[in-house]
Amino acid sequence: MTAPNDRTNDGGVPVPVTPAGARGTAPAEYPPSSPAGRGMFGNQGTGDVSGYGGLVRQRQPIEEASRPYGGYFDEVRDALEEAYPAFGDAIEKVVVDRGELTLHVRPERIAEVCQVLRDDLALRFELCSSVSGVDYLGADERRLHVVYLLTSMTYRRRIRLEAAVSVEAPHLPSVTAIYPTADWQEREAYDMFGIVFDGHPNLTRILMPDDWEGHPQRKDYPLGGVPVEYKGAEIPPPDRRRSYQ
Amino acid sequence: MTTSNYATERETTEGRVFTVTGGDWDTVVSGTDPINDERIVVNMGPQHPSTHGVLRLILELEGETVREARSVVGYLHTGIEKNLEYRNWVQGSTFVTRMDYLAPIFNETGYALAVEKLLGITDDITERATTIRVLMMELNRISSHLVWLATTGMELGAISIMLYGFREREYILDIFETITGLRMNHAYVRPGGVAQDVPDEAIVKIREFLKMMPKKLKEYEDLLSGQPIWLERTKNVAVLDVTGCVALGITGPVLRSAGLAWDLRKTMPYCGYETYEFDVPTHPDGDVWGRYQVRLAEIRESMKLVEQALDRLRPGPVMVADRKIAWPAQLAIGVDGMGNSLEHVAKIMGQSMESLIHHFKLVTEGFRVPPGQVYVAIEAPRGELGVHAVSDGGTRPYRVHYREPSFVNLQALPAMAEGGLIADVIAGGASLDPVMGGCDR
Repeated sequence: MTAPNDRTNDGGVPVPVTPAGARGTAPAEYPPSSPAGRGMFGNQGTGDVSGYGGLVRQRQPIEEASRPYGGYFDEVRDALEEAYPAFGDAIEKVVVDRGELTLHVRPERIAEVCQVLRDDLALRFELCSSVSGVDYLGADERRLHVVYLLTSMTYRRRIRLEAAVSVEAPHLPSVTAIYPTADWQEREAYDMFGIVFDGHPNLTRILMPDDWEGHPQRKDYPLGGVPVEYKGAEIPPPDRRRSYQ
Repeated sequence: MTTSNYATERETTEGRVFTVTGGDWDTVVSGTDPINDERIVVNMGPQHPSTHGVLRLILELEGETVREARSVVGYLHTGIEKNLEYRNWVQGSTFVTRMDYLAPIFNETGYALAVEKLLGITDDITERATTIRVLMMELNRISSHLVWLATTGMELGAISIMLYGFREREYILDIFETITGLRMNHAYVRPGGVAQDVPDEAIVKIREFLKMMPKKLKEYEDLLSGQPIWLERTKNVAVLDVTGCVALGITGPVLRSAGLAWDLRKTMPYCGYETYEFDVPTHPDGDVWGRYQVRLAEIRESMKLVEQALDRLRPGPVMVADRKIAWPAQLAIGVDGMGNSLEHVAKIMGQSMESLIHHFKLVTEGFRVPPGQVYVAIEAPRGELGVHAVSDGGTRPYRVHYREPSFVNLQALPAMAEGGLIADVIAGGASLDPVMGGCDR
C-alpha cells in the first residue's frame, strides 16, 4: 500500500512520498491498532515514524501456557478441574504471563466458574477485586473482553478470568449474585464498553450521564477535544497529535 | 395551602415535588401530610457539605429513619483512563496522580509498579528509589488519614479537629513540596524510579515532623476519644462485619475495623514492605468508632515506617540504569516547582548530538512496553488500589483500569445506612472515606 503523494492528513502535514528502498509489503501494512496510532505525522502506509524501518510492532498471538505453570497455578487448575466437571468446556485457554495466571472462560459459563472458585474449599477466591473491560479492536470477532481479578484471602492467591464477547451480542451472565461487589464494577463496564451483564439487578450507567450515547472506552470511540492556540501555533487535540506506533 | 414565595412545588405522576432552596421549610412541612405520607424521599447532594465530596445520596425516610439509601456517583468523572490511552507511558503518571487527589503518591506508585511489571524490570528498581517510594507513600497515608479525621470531625460537628487535621497535613504537603516541587498532583513516582532525589532539607523536615506528630496525635485523642458526643455519634453506628465487607469488596481500614487483619503490605507485600517492622491495627466492633481507632493507629504505624525508611536511605541512583527507560535527566526543584537539569541541558545542547537525539526520542516518543497485561495492587489509605494495565507493545498504554477503593467501598453505604438514623448516614459515609476524584476518575 502506498500513500498518494498529494494527500494531507488531519494535521495539515503533507504525507511524504514512499521512501526510497521501501518495499510495499509487511510489516509496513500493519494497520494501527487504534485511532491513537494515527496522527499528525500521519504516514498512513507504515505508521512508523521512528526512522528505524521495520520497527512497526505486530499483534502477538496470546500463547497458551503449557504445564507445569509453576507456583500455585497448577494447584488452582487441578482444584478447579476436580471441582468443576465442565472445565474442559468452559475454559478456552490458560495463559501464564509475567507471573500471573489467566483463565479464558467461555462467557456464558463465567458465573458458574466464579461460583466454583468462590465456594470450593481448595480454591476459596472470596474476594472479587476488580472487574474491568478491555476492547481489543481489530483482533478478533469477540473484541470486548471482561477481565475479573479474583483474590483468595485464605491462600493469598490471585487469578484472572477473562471472557470475550462480540459487539453484536455483548451478553454474559452477571456475577453479582456470587460477588455483590461486582455490582458497580459491572455497571462501569456496561457504561464504558456496552457489555450487558444478564441478571444484573440494576444495569444502568454509573459514571456517564444517563442519557449519554455510546460507550466511551471503546477503541472506536474518539477521545474528542479541540485544538488550542499556543504562541501562535495551533496545537491539535491529543488524538490528532503525532504519535508513534 | 398557600404558595410561598420561596418554595416551588409541582405535581408529577409520582406525587407532589418540592424544590428546596433553603428557608422554606414551613412550606415543605405543611405540604406533606404526616399521617398519610409517612415516607419522604430526600435527595442529598451532590452539593452538600457533609457528603464528603460530590456524592449524591437518595434517601427514603420514615421520620428520621432511613428505609432505603442509594448513592449516585459520576459527578467527577474526567475520563482519565481514556486519556491515558493517548499519552505515552511516562506521561501517564501525570494523569493518574489526579485520580484520588488525597493519595496521589499511591496512584503513581501503583501505576509505576504496573508499568515496571509489564517491562519486566521490577527487580532492577534501585533500592533507594524503592525506599523513597515507601517513605512517600507512608507520609501520604498519614496526610490522607489526617484529612479523613478533619473532614469526618467536621461532618459530625467537631470543627476544632477539622482545623487541627488540616494544619498537620500542611506539614506533610510542605515536605512533598520540598521533594517533588508540588503540594499535590506530584507525578513524582515514575516508571523506573522517581523523578528526582530527596534533598537533604526534606530529611530534616521529615525528622521534625516525626518529632512533632506524637504530641498532636495525643491532642486529637484528648479532644475526641473521651468526648461523649463523639462516642454517641460513632459507637455502634454504621456497623459492617467481615462477611459484609468481603461480599461487598470492602478493603482497607473499614475491613480492618471489622477485625480482619488484611493489609496488602503484609499479606501480598510489594516495595519490600516485608522487611519493615510494623503492625496491622484492627478493631473488633466494625463501627465508625473502630474505623476512627484503626486510622489513628495506622498513622502511628506509618510513622514507624517513615522512620525506618529514613534510616535505610543510602546514597545511590533513584532511576533504573537502563537508559532506554530512564528519564534522561535528574530534574531539579526550582523556586516554581519541578524544573530542568542545567547540567543535562548543557550536555545535550552543547556537547553531544547523540544525547540530544536520545533525549528527543525518549521524551516525545517514549519507550515501548512488551504486549501483555498485569494487575498490581497496593494498600492505599482507603484499601486495595489495583492497577490493571494492558499493553499492545506500543509506546502508549492500551488500557489502564484502576480498581479504586473509593468506588468499590461506596457500595457499602446502603448496607450501613438502611435502618439507621439519617444523622448516621453522614457518619457511615464519612467512615468509608470516599474520595470522589478517585471514585469517578
